[in-house]
Amino acid sequence: MTFATFLGRRAVHSIFVLLGLSILIFIIARIMPGDPARMAVGARAPQWVVDNLREQMHLTEPLYVQYYYWLRDALRGDFGISLVTRRPVADDIKEFFPATLELALLAGLINGAGGIILGAISAWQKDTWVDNVLRVISYLGVVTPSFVFAVLFLLLFGMALNWMPTMGRISPEIARPTALTGLLTVDSLLAGNIPAFFDALWHLILPAVALSLGGMSQEARITRSTMADNLNKDYVAAERSLGIPGSVIMRSFLLKPSLIPTVSILGLDFAATLGNAFLVELVFNWPGISRYGMNAMLRKDLNAISAVILILGVVFIITNIGVDIIVARLDPRIQLGAGRSE
Amino acid sequence: MISAATLASANRREDLRRSWYKFSRNRLSIVGLFTVLLVTLLAIFAPVVAPYPQHASAFVDFANASRSPSGTYPFGTDVVGRDIMSRVFYGFRFSLSMGVVVLCLVVPPGVMLGLVAGYYQGTWLDTVIMRTTDIFLAVPPLVLALAICSVLTPNLFNAMLAVSLMWWPWYCRLVYGLASTLRHEFFVVSAELIGASKLHILFREILPNCISPIFTKMSLDMGWVILIGSSLSFVGLGVQPPRPGLGTMVADGYRYLPDQWWIAVFPALAIVLVVLGFNLLGDGLRDMLGAEEV
Repeated sequence: MTFATFLGRRAVHSIFVLLGLSILIFIIARIMPGDPARMAVGARAPQWVVDNLREQMHLTEPLYVQYYYWLRDALRGDFGISLVTRRPVADDIKEFFPATLELALLAGLINGAGGIILGAISAWQKDTWVDNVLRVISYLGVVTPSFVFAVLFLLLFGMALNWMPTMGRISPEIARPTALTGLLTVDSLLAGNIPAFFDALWHLILPAVALSLGGMSQEARITRSTMADNLNKDYVAAERSLGIPGSVIMRSFLLKPSLIPTVSILGLDFAATLGNAFLVELVFNWPGISRYGMNAMLRKDLNAISAVILILGVVFIITNIGVDIIVARLDPRIQLGAGRSE
Repeated sequence: MISAATLASANRREDLRRSWYKFSRNRLSIVGLFTVLLVTLLAIFAPVVAPYPQHASAFVDFANASRSPSGTYPFGTDVVGRDIMSRVFYGFRFSLSMGVVVLCLVVPPGVMLGLVAGYYQGTWLDTVIMRTTDIFLAVPPLVLALAICSVLTPNLFNAMLAVSLMWWPWYCRLVYGLASTLRHEFFVVSAELIGASKLHILFREILPNCISPIFTKMSLDMGWVILIGSSLSFVGLGVQPPRPGLGTMVADGYRYLPDQWWIAVFPALAIVLVVLGFNLLGDGLRDMLGAEEV
């Protein structure tokens, strides 16, 4: 299969998944007890206002017609007005999404890089005390909920030691760089504003680490087991007998084939990261789309909830296509699309 | 002469002995087994073993509020004077019941759909079922569970319902993979040739060969479901106060960090302990049953 057909197929598949997801979200939004029109205007509004709004929101029409209008608006980027912020949901998302993207990207980076390095060390030192310590740590990392990490970090580094900031994206006394990408670290680098870059990074680290530890431990375990398997293969013995130093074998011959399962799992873990961001952003008061979504959920703000879930679905699907491409590049034997259940 | 029945039972005993040997070779599996047993017993006998069973609900004793851990209150007390240890024991009840109920709701439909989709691989049934799982798996499970919980009344039952709705696709996927390979095996083809009914093939030929991976996954999933449940409770969409959900207790306690650390830290450790226990047990079962697919 060529690259273009692969992308085309995945795109068609993704569109169907997203359509299905939109139906699912629509159903969730409609099972809520209560009248959306009444909730939008508040309990004290007169009945005729509610009736007018019901008409306007197409609530008087059959469900499939309602779905049609909802989807049509969503495709135009119109998710309605947020009941909490009283602004168009699309504007809210534009404002909050970059913060989550920045956090999730750094978490993903720590997750992948840390997991691979720790896993490689563990495999290389297999059955020594280093390996045992790393394995125990990674086991604990996998089973500890990310909100527990968040709370513990907040306690330890933020409050008890007072090393790190525990709130927001950047210190109030530092001028924000002009928003180009919305990612504060990138923007400040582009503007050549080094103090702002470090300040933003400093704010990012605690939540990103809290968010990434679970996934990182998972990656470490997977990398360790694949690498330990590969270490026993004949080609490694052959390279050793040729006198190639261990570190060279590790870097040049072992790392690439051992990374394939790790990278595949990274895609799945990204979903977990996006999900856990809902709790971590809440704990660190991180002004991202997840905290926005979480607050929307706690206040039953349906327009905002639907939009946030749909956006996360899109992000997740794009990530997984990306992961498939990377895996195919790592292993030329893997045909694009062949690893799927299709 | 030895009767066939005695022989069979001797064989079964031998199988059991071997399985136990495989399982117990890894000391961590034993640790997992004992952790799970301990937590289960504490949960069942919470009214007996908890030092202050009455503290599990709305109870107030301001004279003993915010006591640090001591002999009288091994895990300390919270801001209204309730014993944290008793509340953690009762918290295990909510966590375990969450895990059990969700798995009971999820496994039968997930397995059934996976069997059907795998057996009828390549037909429209396969397409419909597996594309539906794609939709559910396209969003982080925690996010959809949070969304469903949030539109319903927040309580433990709705949290169970929400997590169940998100969880069945995993069993469907697992069994689909197994069934789609098994359906080409000789014993399935022969059963088809002698005219066995579809029900017989699905449930008597294919399903028994999927049991080990399903079982292993259930043990691991007990941990994950409990973890998601505690996350829901943490944001107030699961177990409602004054009931002592472990996540609820962490959420209530973390406002009092760092001075009264014990209020949040012990329930948090309790969550880690339960999830760890089920994971170690699940890994042990995987080694024992040889279920690498999970």
